[in-house]
Amino acid sequence: MNAHYPAMLRVALMYVRNRSVAEEVIQETWLAVLQGLARFEGRSSLKTWIFRILANRARTRAVHEGRSVPFSALISQEAEGDEPAVEPERFRPADAQWPRHWASAPQSWGELPEERMLALETRERIRLAIEALPPAQRAVITLRDIEGWDAGEVSGHLGVTDGNQRVLLHRARSKVRAALERYLAEV
Amino acid sequence: MATVEEDLSCQELVELVTAYLEMTLPPLEQARFEAHLAICPGCTNYLAQMRETIRLAGMLSEETIPDDGKAKLLDAFRTWKHQHTGE
Repeated sequence: MNAHYPAMLRVALMYVRNRSVAEEVIQETWLAVLQGLARFEGRSSLKTWIFRILANRARTRAVHEGRSVPFSALISQEAEGDEPAVEPERFRPADAQWPRHWASAPQSWGELPEERMLALETRERIRLAIEALPPAQRAVITLRDIEGWDAGEVSGHLGVTDGNQRVLLHRARSKVRAALERYLAEV
Repeated sequence: MATVEEDLSCQELVELVTAYLEMTLPPLEQARFEAHLAICPGCTNYLAQMRETIRLAGMLSEETIPDDGKAKLLDAFRTWKHQHTGE
């Protein structure tokens, strides 16, 4: 249960925006899991099953609170439209020589000491950048890159298409990379 | 139809990075992507930065559960156990 807790909290918070309610939903989920364990048929992985229960509970709770934004609406909002991975100003204009190539190219991080990359403050910057993402993007990058789930597991749990899963992951990673680049360029 | 020789711009490449890492680019797109990388230090750095970002994000999973959340969960377990075993 320790291993799943951060991911469960993240998923619960996609539906209910309040931490203590999310924690209650997780408790209810574990109780439902314990009570239902005998009936678990092993047709999906245990993890898949637990998260399906969690998502159902959280959704029900959000509806009760009357502040439910359907997750499907969040996904389409966050996955649609244009959202460049890198600010357009960093590229040469379309009518210049070498159009749309780097005007301000990313630097190599290869020379930076590993201690800097692993420092608490660097970690904190990455965490904050992920916190600042819109909910569906935050959920996808958390499950994929922090919790280490594969693409199919994430699409399945969140009920998103493979294409949208990838768009959300792309937008999330692009923003976190940009935040890290800004931070590492300081000093 | 596009060919490998047709140049991919850096601005286009950065939008394909996730699909490239997920190995979902069609073969021709992948070839254009790699051909561009071979001659572009900026995009090579960009891709390396993205890989590093993913690696560092993976290390956040070592963070532990906040204590109050854990305590509430353990309470819930105890109550459940009590109800079901009469201990």
